[in-house]
Amino acid sequence: MPESATSLGHPAQQPSEVELIRRVRDGEGDLFYELIRPYERRVYSATFAILRNAEDAEDAAQEAMLKAFKHIRQFREEARFSTWLIQIAVNEARMRRRKDHAELMEPIADRQDESGNYTPRDFADWREIPSETLERKEVREKLAEALASLGDIYRDVFVLRDMQHLSIEETAAALGISTASVKTRLLRARLMLRDLLAPGLGGPWMSRLSFEKGAKPW
Amino acid sequence: MVVNCEEVWREISNYLDGEVDAGRRAAMDEHFRGCKRCTSVLEGMRNVVQLYGDERMVEAPLGFGYRLQRRLGENAHPTRRTFFGWMVAAAAAVLVAGSFEAARSSGFGRTQLRSEHAQPGKGVPPEMMVWVYPDGKTFHVLGCEYILDKTHLRTVVAHEALREGYVPCVRCMKKYLNEQATLRSSSFRA
Repeated sequence: MPESATSLGHPAQQPSEVELIRRVRDGEGDLFYELIRPYERRVYSATFAILRNAEDAEDAAQEAMLKAFKHIRQFREEARFSTWLIQIAVNEARMRRRKDHAELMEPIADRQDESGNYTPRDFADWREIPSETLERKEVREKLAEALASLGDIYRDVFVLRDMQHLSIEETAAALGISTASVKTRLLRARLMLRDLLAPGLGGPWMSRLSFEKGAKPW
Repeated sequence: MVVNCEEVWREISNYLDGEVDAGRRAAMDEHFRGCKRCTSVLEGMRNVVQLYGDERMVEAPLGFGYRLQRRLGENAHPTRRTFFGWMVAAAAAVLVAGSFEAARSSGFGRTQLRSEHAQPGKGVPPEMMVWVYPDGKTFHVLGCEYILDKTHLRTVVAHEALREGYVPCVRCMKKYLNEQATLRSSSFRA
């Protein structure tokens, strides 16, 4: 895991992340790409999950990393650099979403009572899905569709917590909400996704895929 | 402690994240052993977390890294130097200025055009590869009919050729000459 005080996964003579940050701050701007390269995919993933459009996501990711460069002196070293970068990217994507009036077409889920009880649908077993399943484009598309159908407040929490692996506290800080809200929204997001995906991934989609591959995935 | 299904659903996400205390965890474990529906919810939620947490879930578009690097290169310039950095930059500026002055006074680093009958041209792409004769006056693109002997030709990039005083060929580089220069060249040749 390429995190703050460790190397960047390159040979030992490569500068550490801490050293790269120091040198970029001291004026070696051309080293900035080296610094962010391990995280560029995660940054794109975050902006794409929020904006749901490849072109907008790429532009937002680029803009976010430019902002990170311009404000790198504001980065506090007690935080993880990756978390700081993801926060900037998420803020950039959310700001663009607001500008695009996406809120005018508020998904139904956003109007639901956040604190209300949610009853999960009753399905038969959904057994463990092998991670190789994600190699299949159609599966990724189904997952993306399900994620896109969530209301913004649920999707934002889910993206930061379960896709970007931020802690509950980091997610709360990034979104400006309480940790209790993070937990409530995360619960709802996970349950809704489970309900959306279980009928397919627990049955027809997987059966079709396994038939194509000639072997059952479990 | 005994918990019912609704209590399990409320805490199931925290259970998965290890955010429930030991007593509640034990009660939920006990509940899962006897409740097929709640076990199905737990397994489904665990699948969701594992699938979406996989980095293969979203792929960056082809060329994303290259385009990012290019945009950073265009915009990411150092915004503030250290004192040492400023001193190095100042020293370098003095050296460069001194070099130019020395070159100018010694005739080295010609800035005069090699031909008094031409102008340096406008809009020549600086990185364009062009061809020159060491003792010639003009630069050409390969294939120009004014290149008669290729033996002594050498290639340089356009901005180097311009810096050395070469002028664009009136034949193959015509579009980079301004009107006045083109007319004058035409009348000269006539």
